[in-house]
Amino acid sequence: MKKLIKYNLLDIVRNRIVLAYTLLLALITLSVFSLEDNAAKGQLTILNLILYIVPLVCIVFSTIYAYNSVEFIEMLLSQPVRRKTIWLSLFCGLSGALSLAFLAGLGVPLIFLDQSRTGILISLAGVFLTVIFVAIALLAAVKTRDKAKGIGVSVLLWMYFALLFDGIVLFVLFQFPDYPLEKTMVGITMLNPVDLARIMILLKMDISALMGYTGAVFREYFGTNAGISVSFLALTLWALLPFYFSLRNFNRKDL
Amino acid sequence: MEPGRCKGISLIFLLTALQVFSSAARTLDAGPGTQLLRISYALSAAVHGDTIRIHGGEYHEGNIIIDKQVVLLGLGRPVVDGDHLGEIFSIKADGVTLDGFRIRNTGVSGLNDYAGIKIYNRKNVIIKNNILENCFFGIYTQYGLNCVVSNNVLRASQGREQLSGNGIHCWKSDSLIISGNSITGHRDGLYFEFVSHSLIWRNISEKNNRYGLHFMFSNDDTYASNVLEGNGAGVAVMYSKNVRMFHNTFRDNWGDASYGMLLKDITDSYIQGNYFESNTVGIFVDGGTRIQMYRNSLRNNGWGIKITSSSMDVKLNYNDFIGNTFDVGTTGNLVLNDFDHNYWDKYEGYDLDRNRTGDIPYRPVSLYSMIIENNPPALILFRSLISTLMDRSEKILPSITPESLKDNYPLMSPLKLW
Amino acid sequence: MVEVSGIYKRFGRLQVLSDVSYRSTKGDCTALIGPNGCGKTTLIKTLLGMVIPDAGTVKIMGEEVNRKWRYRTHIGYMPQIGKYPENMRIGQVIEMLIDLRKDCASPDEELLDDLALKKIYSKRMGTLSGGTMQKVSAAIAFLFRPDILILDEPTAGLDPVSSEILKDKIRKEIGKGRLFLITSHILSELDGLVSHVVFMQEGKIMFHKEVKQLQTETGEARLSRVVAQIMLAGK
Repeated sequence: MKKLIKYNLLDIVRNRIVLAYTLLLALITLSVFSLEDNAAKGQLTILNLILYIVPLVCIVFSTIYAYNSVEFIEMLLSQPVRRKTIWLSLFCGLSGALSLAFLAGLGVPLIFLDQSRTGILISLAGVFLTVIFVAIALLAAVKTRDKAKGIGVSVLLWMYFALLFDGIVLFVLFQFPDYPLEKTMVGITMLNPVDLARIMILLKMDISALMGYTGAVFREYFGTNAGISVSFLALTLWALLPFYFSLRNFNRKDL
Repeated sequence: MEPGRCKGISLIFLLTALQVFSSAARTLDAGPGTQLLRISYALSAAVHGDTIRIHGGEYHEGNIIIDKQVVLLGLGRPVVDGDHLGEIFSIKADGVTLDGFRIRNTGVSGLNDYAGIKIYNRKNVIIKNNILENCFFGIYTQYGLNCVVSNNVLRASQGREQLSGNGIHCWKSDSLIISGNSITGHRDGLYFEFVSHSLIWRNISEKNNRYGLHFMFSNDDTYASNVLEGNGAGVAVMYSKNVRMFHNTFRDNWGDASYGMLLKDITDSYIQGNYFESNTVGIFVDGGTRIQMYRNSLRNNGWGIKITSSSMDVKLNYNDFIGNTFDVGTTGNLVLNDFDHNYWDKYEGYDLDRNRTGDIPYRPVSLYSMIIENNPPALILFRSLISTLMDRSEKILPSITPESLKDNYPLMSPLKLW
Repeated sequence: MVEVSGIYKRFGRLQVLSDVSYRSTKGDCTALIGPNGCGKTTLIKTLLGMVIPDAGTVKIMGEEVNRKWRYRTHIGYMPQIGKYPENMRIGQVIEMLIDLRKDCASPDEELLDDLALKKIYSKRMGTLSGGTMQKVSAAIAFLFRPDILILDEPTAGLDPVSSEILKDKIRKEIGKGRLFLITSHILSELDGLVSHVVFMQEGKIMFHKEVKQLQTETGEARLSRVVAQIMLAGK
């Protein structure tokens, strides 16, 4: 098991796309901090990078990688290796390598340049999103036989989490303008890891607009230790559940 | 009569008068080691025009009523402790001076506004250089005229709002000068109701439970160079005319319903050179008429300015808007207001003719901020991709944001105020 | 050693295997033949546990294999198209597998030497030609001295020299009493190796006979001709 993870990890770390991804992240991070005189503004650029670019790269890359590993998986399957072991090591390899790439490109420079606790939280959220979108990618890949279709599904899933979900939320809000939906919104946020990460980071960044009544309600939930624990629990579930379903599917899958 | 002689006579007359006067006015000493052990003894012994020097020590005398025109001078900062019983100094004479005391522990009551120092319907009173600690109300002026409250320090640590009092509380007064005071931990730091023709200058009001500065029905007053920081609900300015506010600092007023400055039904007023930083809302104009705001700096606020559609003839020119999450928020369509010649850091226009003014207008109200205004829970989508995309598309094809609310001559570089 | 009975499998609307039963014992070398899409590869994958049958049982070495994995220590498999992680070198793949298979004390590296793979150990898998990839697959199949060898189109992409080396190896291993199951389109390649023939069509096993018996039945000596005769007769 450990060996398989190691092999997967090494293979992915050396992948050219992963290297390019690391460099891109590093480049943006460094340029943001050297160009922006306003640290808060820089943090917001970084925030967008984490909330939208990181999931996109992770989900598309992982899907493609999963499809490209089919033969490798077949080779391993002809060996006395558990299916669970193979799938788990693929998941660990992908999330480990992409998290490393993320930390090397963004997390570590951010913590060094920013030196605030927000930097650590941002990095943590980024790692979570990386793992979550790897898990979602594996689910998409295992459910869809055709590679092109699978990549399409991945991009659509990303669109859903990044944009469509919020569109639906906005639509619902417009349908019930006279209801105090603040608390409902807290629950709904749990249904989208991107939203969850965004709110958690924003509340830590002390943005003045979030200091109003609505912000106070959110703060009451996400600002407390219990709220943070629940949020991280939700993020963990977002990583584990898609992976669990993909594993169940993979165990039954004909290759 | 020739002019030189006339001058000489009047000088002699003046000197004689002074001599007579000073021989009548004595200086009394009171406190430990003197014959007058208590302040009230000294006050009984004194006559109109006397100066009483209170020496250092601790005085527990309950309510002290000053009903003669005297100068009460604390030497070595004597402590006057009210033992939580009631009011401490009650000034019931004109022209009293109270200088150099440490006044503490008034009573707390839901019925009476117990104060450290209270002026009852008097004029020409001077209250200066005192320290007031743990007073329910600090300095209370009721029907005061021509009084001066300066260089006092007021500290309290009051909890619940129901049983807390204001720092400097002025009611139905005129021509006051409130300057150089520092107030913290009260309900409202500075409170004025029906106070006119007064100057509020260089006070620091911070970390009060409700408002740092709160005034209502107070016309023709000037507020200059005050610092109002970290108060529960910021500053509220209500139902007043001819208010002039210059060079004040409004900072760190964060909270549920907190404003750097709330202007409610204000007319004919000037707001110039003020600094609004890190407030939930920098300035909230709720029904303002003929207000001129020039050269203010609004930085890092949630909303730079919120303005209701009932506001008219508000002129907002030559201000810096830097780092605010939303520059301007509004509930509906605004008419007859002027937003020209400001600097907006979010402006993305160009200046081809190099006149340091952008060639295309800037619309400071974003679509998303309007959505939040009408539907507060939508704040959950703050900084999401969808809100960014909506704002972008609205910028290209404006359809919902108010047409008239725009800066036709946005500045290309900040005015660098402060 | 390999026993399959009553296997059914459908992919969507397509019935790929229906009531497939087959058994084979030590020393057998069975050619699995039939037209494209007749279910050969699916049958092989069923043996390996890559495809899970809808019904029926698979027994390897007398043990039912349903969802188990340890039995695969006894099987060496050479896929039709072997693909490996592109960034890994040949040597790394071999090392990784040896690393994984602690159960095999002395791997059989004969093919690695004979197919001259050791010289190109440092080549990345992504840069290899189809043929070289096949060589790697072949070497891996024999690496852990399995009792059962399943080879899917083993000689399809190989050059004649390598093809002969592989056939020699097969011959040698048959001698050691190993069980072989080979699919191939090029029947001539299997001449002289095969002891049994399984002919599949549309997911069914049409017959399973010894080569000698077939030769006498049809009067043809060469395997390709034998099969051609049968197919003609079938029509």
